[in-house]
Amino acid sequence: MRYGKLRAGATALAAAGLGAAFFGSALAAELAPQQVVYDEGKVSESLSGVPGDVEAGRKVMITRGQGNCIACHEVTALKEVPFHGEVGPTLDGAGERWSEAELRGIVANSKMTFEDSMMPSFYKVSGYIRPGNAFTGKAAKTAELPPLLTAQQIEDVVAYLLTLKE
Amino acid sequence: MRSISLRILASVTALAVMGSLSAMAEELPELVINEDIEMVTRTKAPAHLENLDEIRSGWTFRTKETQAFQMDDFDNPGMIFVDQALDTWETVDGAAGKSCASCHEGPESMAGMRASMPKWNDDAGAVWTMEMYINDCRENRMQADAWGWKSQPMLNMNALISLQSRGMPVDVKIDGPAQSTWEKGKEMYYTRYGQLELSCANCHEQNYDNYIRADHLSQGQINGFPVYRLKQANLITSHNRFRGCIRDTRAETFSEGSPEFIALELYVSSRGNGLSVEAPSVRN
Ligand code: HEC
Ligand code: HEC
Repeated sequence: MRYGKLRAGATALAAAGLGAAFFGSALAAELAPQQVVYDEGKVSESLSGVPGDVEAGRKVMITRGQGNCIACHEVTALKEVPFHGEVGPTLDGAGERWSEAELRGIVANSKMTFEDSMMPSFYKVSGYIRPGNAFTGKAAKTAELPPLLTAQQIEDVVAYLLTLKE
Repeated sequence: MRSISLRILASVTALAVMGSLSAMAEELPELVINEDIEMVTRTKAPAHLENLDEIRSGWTFRTKETQAFQMDDFDNPGMIFVDQALDTWETVDGAAGKSCASCHEGPESMAGMRASMPKWNDDAGAVWTMEMYINDCRENRMQADAWGWKSQPMLNMNALISLQSRGMPVDVKIDGPAQSTWEKGKEMYYTRYGQLELSCANCHEQNYDNYIRADHLSQGQINGFPVYRLKQANLITSHNRFRGCIRDTRAETFSEGSPEFIALELYVSSRGNGLSVEAPSVRN
């Protein structure tokens, strides 16, 4: 809630054309995971302030150490990459079913849209049970973990998802 | 949520990629070992299991190639380790000058043991696993050193003793004094661990038979443990598997032999009540 207000302030500043001057451009642009405001699951503001790159988003979708989205989702447009999972619904047509704000919210924290979803929250840093240090099996080194994807990676994935029309 | 046709389509893709489209055409095969021992690999779920109607052995989810390893003892690489344990069984070790055979005669005397493991030990006032019973004999009856939980002689002996129950139905007791341990294991099964926030149930109860990337999810049963893993070229215990699964959720795991994993073993075993003991089974 506190962060929500802070952001609103920052947005007002940005709208007045003062944001960049006030914070320095990179800083002003990026929303930290704790600052993201979910409105019934939707996130309307860009997390990075930089438009998403479709090709980079495609890479995040298929790469194990990144989104690895196809571990759970089938995507016909990615069928040249082997092994698509069946845990979640197919993402074919996702760019038609959902708006940009809805997709950003689903990727950043799917549980805000789908209660108790099995889909991991990709832009979250705390609130875990026995958080580990990546895939080592050892305890996390810091109280807050780095999010699974960066702000820009999420923007890239959202840009990619928006290309999935049936 | 997902339509049937979609699921079938997805599995056709996955199977085609794995080059075993033929498996699609067939019903689930029966497991008969050495053309003799008939295994129950699918049966009605035990009453305490609210969310499943049918339980299935991990064997039913594996490829034909992996399944074949388990259908004949000459093809089962786990049997090499069983043979090694047979020698150990006869070997005197420790200050008391005894071997397993001094007290128990042949390993057949262990029939039924695996089927009821882990179980409440009255003297100890705790649920004990096979490893704990084995080490109790080593330390207190043989006056020999305890074996490490993951040591080769422990894995081998566990496999030899488990084999004596092969074909018997898993029948783990969950009531009486074991109940609180069982409850603890059950709670763990539904806990969403790690940064990926996934529970055992997410993968093995809600998604068994689905693919997660290249992996065909089973029900995560442990009636075949210790299993021989081709990838590791060795026997592994259920605790080792639990560790791997929890690690894969980007969580801090528990260790082999920890009270948490003993509780989880009891709970997961009980989910397989009614399946045949299959140890040592073979996995990829
Ligand atoms: C561990 C499994 C898992 C992973 C990994 C995963 N998802 Fe999901 N996803 C789901 C499930 C399950 C749903 C269905 C929502 C629900 O009911 O929980 C879902 C739903 C969605 C939806 C809504 C689909 C629709 O049209 O109804 C989108 C979009 C989506 N995921 C995108 C992604 C992207 C992008 C990634 C990777 C950055 C990803 N998912 C990774 C499991 C996963
Ligand atoms: C992210 C998904 C996932 C989660 C969460 C998970 N597992 Fe697994 N598990 C797998 C995969 C993949 C395999 C290998 C294929 C199979 O047998 O399902 C496996 C295998 C197993 C096996 C071996 C089964 C056999 O017959 O060889 C057991 C036992 C098991 N899991 C138990 C557990 C338990 C207990 C938990 C929770 C502590 C758990 N798993 C959590 C994915 C998962």
